[in-house]
Amino acid sequence: MTVLVGYVPSPEGEAALRAGIDEARLRGEKLLVVNTSRGDAYVDPRFAQEPDLAHVREDLAALGIEFDIRQVLGGGDAAEEIVELAEKLDVSLVVIGLRRRSAVGKLITGSAAQQILLGTDCPVLAVKAAV
Amino acid sequence: MDNLNNLMQGFEDVVAPMNLLLALIGVLVGTAVGVLPGIGPAMTVALLLPITYGMEPVQAFIMFAGIFYGGMYGGSTTSILLNTPGESSSVVTAIEGNKMAKAGRAAQALATAAIGSFVAGTIGTLLLVLVTPVVVDFAVSLGAPDYFALMLLSFIAVTSVLGASRIRGVISLLLGLTIGLVGIDTVSGQQRLTLGVPQLADGIDVVVVAVGIFAVGEALWVAAHLRRRPVEIIPVGRPWMGRKDWKRSWKPWLRGTAFGFPFGALPAGGAEIPTFLSYATEKRLTKHPEEFGKGAIEGVAGPEAANNASAAGTLVPMLAIGLPTNATAAVMLAAFQSYGIQPGPLLFEREASLVWVLIASLFIGNLMLLLLNLPLAPAWAKLLQIPRPYLYAGILFFASMGAYAVNAQPLDLFLLLTLGLLGFAMRRFGLPVLPLIIGAILGPRAELQGRRSLQLSGGELSGLIGGPVSYAVYAVIVVVLVWPLVRRFVVRPRTSPA
Repeated sequence: MTVLVGYVPSPEGEAALRAGIDEARLRGEKLLVVNTSRGDAYVDPRFAQEPDLAHVREDLAALGIEFDIRQVLGGGDAAEEIVELAEKLDVSLVVIGLRRRSAVGKLITGSAAQQILLGTDCPVLAVKAAV
Repeated sequence: MDNLNNLMQGFEDVVAPMNLLLALIGVLVGTAVGVLPGIGPAMTVALLLPITYGMEPVQAFIMFAGIFYGGMYGGSTTSILLNTPGESSSVVTAIEGNKMAKAGRAAQALATAAIGSFVAGTIGTLLLVLVTPVVVDFAVSLGAPDYFALMLLSFIAVTSVLGASRIRGVISLLLGLTIGLVGIDTVSGQQRLTLGVPQLADGIDVVVVAVGIFAVGEALWVAAHLRRRPVEIIPVGRPWMGRKDWKRSWKPWLRGTAFGFPFGALPAGGAEIPTFLSYATEKRLTKHPEEFGKGAIEGVAGPEAANNASAAGTLVPMLAIGLPTNATAAVMLAAFQSYGIQPGPLLFEREASLVWVLIASLFIGNLMLLLLNLPLAPAWAKLLQIPRPYLYAGILFFASMGAYAVNAQPLDLFLLLTLGLLGFAMRRFGLPVLPLIIGAILGPRAELQGRRSLQLSGGELSGLIGGPVSYAVYAVIVVVLVWPLVRRFVVRPRTSPA
């Protein structure tokens, strides 16, 4: 059984990572950190580059939990990938970061959080950025 | 001087709201296009050409010139922040510029690139004002054989000098010449390569060729290599330079300009060669040689000045002789022809006001570019977050619209797709694109001049050798062709005894 964390290099993503670590400890399960990108833009700010990933790896190793980091490139968008992974692997909880968005923004570009909340079978923990 | 009076008159005429607005649009589009890798000023001018059919020629050319200059400014932003050159002329900037950015000096790199581009652009345009009338006087004395020889030199130079492989350049040139050949021969009425299709009788329009090869070819290529690892962009604040940076930059700016302008004016000079030369020179002359390879500001200042000066230099042969030396100039030449204006020595007499307004707009566009690029470079980098499917969908829209607008016949769209597949194949097999465009645009003109020379001499081949200019040009052609053989068989064996 695994706890899946949807990670992006932003305050929301960091908060999701912390919450994911806590949950994995509580449940005694493995931690899976997932970062995705469609790969179709030259620059993607939601794609974790090497320094960020190394940082995450160090933190997790220091805490001594069993973890795995996956970077998925070239698939669908983030919500699709997470829903797919949650189905394929034995995931007991999905942890995502949440931020406030306007109704018009969600209308135009869609809401990844909503897709994940409604798309997965397992429970979803949505965490806001640390103030 | 007479030319300065004309220039002042040009400035007076250019300060009209519509002209200034078009200059602004041109530089905005040019910078955007320069920032995005894979999209260049040549493609953009070709895409926007049909939109300008309704405008006055002056206004259209003000916009195109803005796009041309802007492309040279924008390429440095991507080179420095992303290590991916936005234009082929910014490849060298990436070497030192990205290292500077990684060392936390991105602001200085961007500043020296923008200010250097402005200095070089201004000096280059001033040189353009001074040199072009001299070249026009020289060009008036050229006859048909001389023009033919110059165009042959352009063909040979574009295949042999640029690029890694001569044979690829020649293949590309021959493809371009073939495309240019399609249609009914105006002299003999013979149908050439029209394949029995009546709509091809007028030939394949240059817009369709340029848009198909550049835009559709690039779109297909990007579609085939779409999902790529996003690159790390280095965050930067507002570009600025300290006093030491100014002191280290101003000489490379001037040296870069000195390299860039002559090479831009030479056939097949292009903007890449002067940037390499400038980099090598700065490396040799620097007082801080240990910094080269780790982020030396001279390595950004010199090449950036060189590529902007070469843009100004490219306009000299295009306006004075009607000889384009790079792809953007070739498409602009086609644009001139579509308006019925013939660039060449008579341009300054027949359309003097157009030319001087154009040159005045270059100065103003240069200034606008400095104001746009210096504070806003990091904002331009945000363009790189646009997913490429959206970008190329927009480009394909303009491409299809442009191809259809030429003659309102569906055949042009089929041609567009075919040429797009050709462009894709060329990128796949590493064939350079510039010789094809030069061949397609200059081929018919070279043929016209060649036939004229032969008609003047009554069919004798000696008619191809006219005045002293053609002797000189043919000598240069022979040297360019024979030099590699000489180097291989004469120079190398001398140095190889073990």
